[in-house]
Amino acid sequence: MTSIQDAKAPAGEVVLEAIGLTKHFPVRRRLRQFFTREQNAVHAVDDVNLTLRRGQVVALVGESGSGKSTVARLLAQLYPRTGGDIRLHGETTKVKGGGAFRAYAARVQMIFQDPFASLNPVHTIRYHLTRSLKIHGNAGKTEDDLENALRDLLTRVSLTPAERYLDKFPHELSGGQRQRVAIARALGADPEALLADEPVSMLDVSIRLGVLNLLRDLKERLNLAILYITHDIASARYFADETLVMYAGRMVEGGDSETVTQTPAHPYTRLLIDSAPDPDRLAGDVNPLDEDRGNGEPPSLIRPPSGCRFHPRCPAAMARCKTDLPVRLEIGDVPGHWAACWLYDEATVKEAAK
Amino acid sequence: MEPVLEIRNLNVEYGLGDRAVRAVRDVNLTLHRGEVLGLAGESGSGKSTLAYGLTRLLAPPGVITGGEVIYHPEKGDPYDVLGLSDKALRAFRWAETAIVFQGAMNSLNPVHKISTQLTDVLKAHDPNMSEHSRNARAREMLKLVGISPDRMDAYPHQLSGGMRQRVMIGMALILQPQVVIMDEPTTALDVVMQRQILGQLIELRERLGFSVIFITHDLSLLVEFSNRIAIMYGGRIVEEAPASTIYRDALHPYSKGLLSSFPALRGPRRELAGIPGSPPDLAGMPTGCSFHPRCPKAFEPCSTHIPVLGRPDSPDGAARSVACWLHPTEQPVG
Repeated sequence: MTSIQDAKAPAGEVVLEAIGLTKHFPVRRRLRQFFTREQNAVHAVDDVNLTLRRGQVVALVGESGSGKSTVARLLAQLYPRTGGDIRLHGETTKVKGGGAFRAYAARVQMIFQDPFASLNPVHTIRYHLTRSLKIHGNAGKTEDDLENALRDLLTRVSLTPAERYLDKFPHELSGGQRQRVAIARALGADPEALLADEPVSMLDVSIRLGVLNLLRDLKERLNLAILYITHDIASARYFADETLVMYAGRMVEGGDSETVTQTPAHPYTRLLIDSAPDPDRLAGDVNPLDEDRGNGEPPSLIRPPSGCRFHPRCPAAMARCKTDLPVRLEIGDVPGHWAACWLYDEATVKEAAK
Repeated sequence: MEPVLEIRNLNVEYGLGDRAVRAVRDVNLTLHRGEVLGLAGESGSGKSTLAYGLTRLLAPPGVITGGEVIYHPEKGDPYDVLGLSDKALRAFRWAETAIVFQGAMNSLNPVHKISTQLTDVLKAHDPNMSEHSRNARAREMLKLVGISPDRMDAYPHQLSGGMRQRVMIGMALILQPQVVIMDEPTTALDVVMQRQILGQLIELRERLGFSVIFITHDLSLLVEFSNRIAIMYGGRIVEEAPASTIYRDALHPYSKGLLSSFPALRGPRRELAGIPGSPPDLAGMPTGCSFHPRCPKAFEPCSTHIPVLGRPDSPDGAARSVACWLHPTEQPVG
């Protein structure tokens, strides 16, 4: 395979950008609503900004229903967006099926959560990879080129010797090996960006790290931009350079992974981190749930709470949180660390102290 | 401490004859009164099969091929659960041991109100109880698990995942069993909800005094919530010790590997490796120690001889056991 762009682009170059990305899913009208103009929608993603750079991993952390997978699918152009913009190398992308989608997919590939479902059970590994290479024009001209490209792909994901895996069916492989095949298939397109939607959460615990380490290795060797979507904030700290936290369809905090996990600013991020299992904490030591005023459940996204979406559960909620949507505010400890929380607006804090 | 459930040489197979697959092999385990015993292992390690085996809930082709499960009731003599008649077993289940299933969120019947499902248990076990007191008991149970009793008449789909899970826990506790088995009770839930529910369970255990067998693949969760941990691999228990001992000083290479498979949220960031290879196939189990093909420290006896679970030769050896040739054991347990 000759077409892999071997790190010729400088690291840190912006590959994919989302600006004010919004997605609302319409909800079926009830009878009563036929007489009004009201149209309900699930506000799955609202005003999301993120930037993927070459050679960097950005983690998107959130609970189920926070809209993190929707962001990945929007970025992969699997859903049309309701609003906002997706820019590939600074250019607005508009993809509606056919050739444009294929050209886009050649540059931005997605890895799905469940390798048991994302590979076709009636086809061999050879078929899966050949298709990916041929569709994206990386198969070369001769049979030999193709064979070499296939070998190359499997070697890249550490499935060696390649002959042992090429003619197997997905059911003959373990979960970790299947996920590696899914990664190889994505690499067959020779992409610049990988969108990994919970790539390890279906795998056995002992092999998760192997797959994460492989992705990190690929990122370094191929200078890929990776979006890593997860609900496990500890793995975001381990794997990602930058971490973004989502709650109920909105970004609430972002910054470099170490800062976000060690000195979280937003009350929701704190709750998330305090809830993660921690072997060093003894049972009954502290109860982080004193922090949560709700019952641990995210709000309805059809009628999201006004103002800050976290205010009904937030222990530090002020009057302003119920009415005004918080904007991104710099925390000031480390450059680039921000939170969408009024606690970091001096005017608000003074007002509340009065 | 007084034992409440003793598992002796339990063997479970799937299928019959030559093609049988042994999913649980010679398991010895004791659950003490009032403790939380964690059972950790990857998928296919036999941890769920063990739980279903000891409650006799195995569906064919699963068969218990040997062993004993001795239950010590609060009053009266201990007896073997595997030898109970159908009638005695019916009375034993739920009243003495209850189980909260994997994906408990989906094990509620969608067409019945939760009040019906809660009182059904009472009706089956105590037909003489009046409807009024049944309802009162169900209400009390809901309150105990943190659900407002006015949700009694809700259908499962009207409750969120976390609430359904709480209903399941309440239902398991309604007859005040001595032993509660929880099979991955919180895997489908978010971390915030998971912590709430587990915190509540620990609180209830202190109040009501039941024992818990807690099955999960998330070892870091077990270290925090259980008293003792048993680690299973390939159908056998490979190590058993108090939770803090496992965390600080695991002896078996598999336990060590599992512990270093979870990135830490605190402390220094370091490179982790996980465990190379993949879990064994039960149909084609490696000879000797089933972990040896993946073990970084495998040496000559590992591939031929099966290590026996026994007390290791260490200062705290009395409280723990391990099955590994690296740690010669003084005497086998049990």
